[in-house]
Amino acid sequence: MQLDLIDFTKRFGNTTVIENMSLSVHSGEMIALLGPSGCGKSTTLFAICGIHRIDEGRLLFGGTDVAHLPSQSRNVGVVFQNYALYPHMTVAENIAFPLKVQKMNRIDREKLVRKYAALVHIEALLERRPAQLSGGQQQRVALARALVRQPDFLLLDEPLANLDAKLRLEMRSEIRRLQQETGLTAILVTHDQVEAMSMCDRIALMNGGRIVQYDTPTAMYAAPEDQFVAGFLGNPPISFLSGKGLGLAAPGVTQYGIRPEAFGPQFGEGVSGRITFVETQGREDLFDVQLPTGEILRSIQPAGSGITPGTTVDWGLAHDQLLRFDQDGTRL
Amino acid sequence: MSAPSSYRNWPILLVLSLVSLPLMIMCLYSVIDAFTDTGPGTLLPARVTLEHFRFLWEPVAEGRGSIWTATANTFIFAATSALVVTMVSLTAGYALSRLNFPARGFFLAGLIVLHAFPTITLIIAIFLILQMLGLYDTLIGVIVVKTALELPLGIWIMKGFYDTVPWEIEMAGVQDGASRAAVWWHLVLPQVQPGLMALILFSFLSGWSEYILPQVLAPGSEAQVLSTYLNSLILDDTKADFNLFKAVGLFYAAPVVVIYLFFQKHLMNIYGGGTKG
Repeated sequence: MQLDLIDFTKRFGNTTVIENMSLSVHSGEMIALLGPSGCGKSTTLFAICGIHRIDEGRLLFGGTDVAHLPSQSRNVGVVFQNYALYPHMTVAENIAFPLKVQKMNRIDREKLVRKYAALVHIEALLERRPAQLSGGQQQRVALARALVRQPDFLLLDEPLANLDAKLRLEMRSEIRRLQQETGLTAILVTHDQVEAMSMCDRIALMNGGRIVQYDTPTAMYAAPEDQFVAGFLGNPPISFLSGKGLGLAAPGVTQYGIRPEAFGPQFGEGVSGRITFVETQGREDLFDVQLPTGEILRSIQPAGSGITPGTTVDWGLAHDQLLRFDQDGTRL
Repeated sequence: MSAPSSYRNWPILLVLSLVSLPLMIMCLYSVIDAFTDTGPGTLLPARVTLEHFRFLWEPVAEGRGSIWTATANTFIFAATSALVVTMVSLTAGYALSRLNFPARGFFLAGLIVLHAFPTITLIIAIFLILQMLGLYDTLIGVIVVKTALELPLGIWIMKGFYDTVPWEIEMAGVQDGASRAAVWWHLVLPQVQPGLMALILFSFLSGWSEYILPQVLAPGSEAQVLSTYLNSLILDDTKADFNLFKAVGLFYAAPVVVIYLFFQKHLMNIYGGGTKG
């Protein structure tokens, strides 16, 4: 189902948190609301599911305005950051709760609970209580509970934040698999750009209560609209330089953005500097190169180069990957 | 605690035993005196007898009500006020903890003030109000007053328990399609159940041991409760029967002891507060 948020404004008391924000999510698409903490991404999510009132603007679910409907009548499944499982109920009762509220009969209820438990691979845990489950298992229960009522939308609020690194990787692909298998329209709230880029069809990058750019991960990475977007996406992060140390100059350009993969010996020579720091990441090494002007450039190279801190290098830039910004931070 | 470590604490145990010795002796003699003919001022118990418990099957004196009427009154008094206090605290505590309504701050502050307020100073005003309402010297009058005075503490305690329930549980419940009332009943109440249990016991015990309110507001024999019955035993007579007094005292204290024995764990919750999944 298509979701449209039009001119959405949210205030808490006298503070306007979000002003005139618009967002469209196509049917079957999974998008990320990405941004630093306090940018309004969770507020937007809670406005969509009905926990926060929408002060101004419209919210359309498949063309119907639901802005004034209570949460209960919006048919949205939500997975919360801490999963919010009901501690006094078993896994099966947790998953069945939304159906019980709908007064569905026991036989249909059990059938659906079984179906969705199988979908998230927790058939063996149905009789346990949440306290007896690991973080990843709790997450799966929360997903099953959100999916069991066949919602129009699935909203995920930082679903991976409380998991350890290995589980996070596993659940990342698991959530994406579930979303694609069920064909649901989903919105993921996260502050982790890797999560957003790897799981979603499109990313809405937010800052200070507005959407800075809304695009596919690839397009956003290659063609960021401004310096904030360029700096937020990419790990290791992009370096911003004035251009003086690079021997570059162009009218109107005040800052150059160079991603670590756009600087290195494979691009010839032209920029020399001293290695100040080497970070080994296993498959790759990350180098900090200090230019004579004092500015730092990052470069990522296959491991095993044997270059140590203190070495002076003369490496080249991939000029076609350079990002140019004017004094307002807009990309030229 | 393992045995060796409790032995290592012997200096503390010794001090505690010495300090509580007078109390222990008094308790011991309540029991001894109730079952024997030990006279006032003597320490050695004389003849063992059950005759001090005659109040159980016959009136202790002419024109004096039966102990069973007083017991029934006490039970109705304690149970009703405990029930009402618990029910009102369950809902009011939730409202104060979760809902944003006008003058919420005022109610919260009022609750703390009332909780700390020496309510006994209100007794004359209460007396006048009850008399105007025609509830003076009735059990229902005392129940109403007791309930009202007990409420601030109950509401405050329940609010504390509600505060520990994560918001997300309620949000999840609402998202799952349940109404606020259904969320409260099915999802929140089970989380505060330890508090509910503790509060109902606590207010029952408080009602059971209440003395001043029935004494002042319902002095007649109709609405007599055990504490005032006990008081009347040594008040009227020129020659007070202390053995009888202690036997009735034991009878009066027995339910409290039983409740403590069985529900200790629940009562401790009121001081701990909070739930663990």
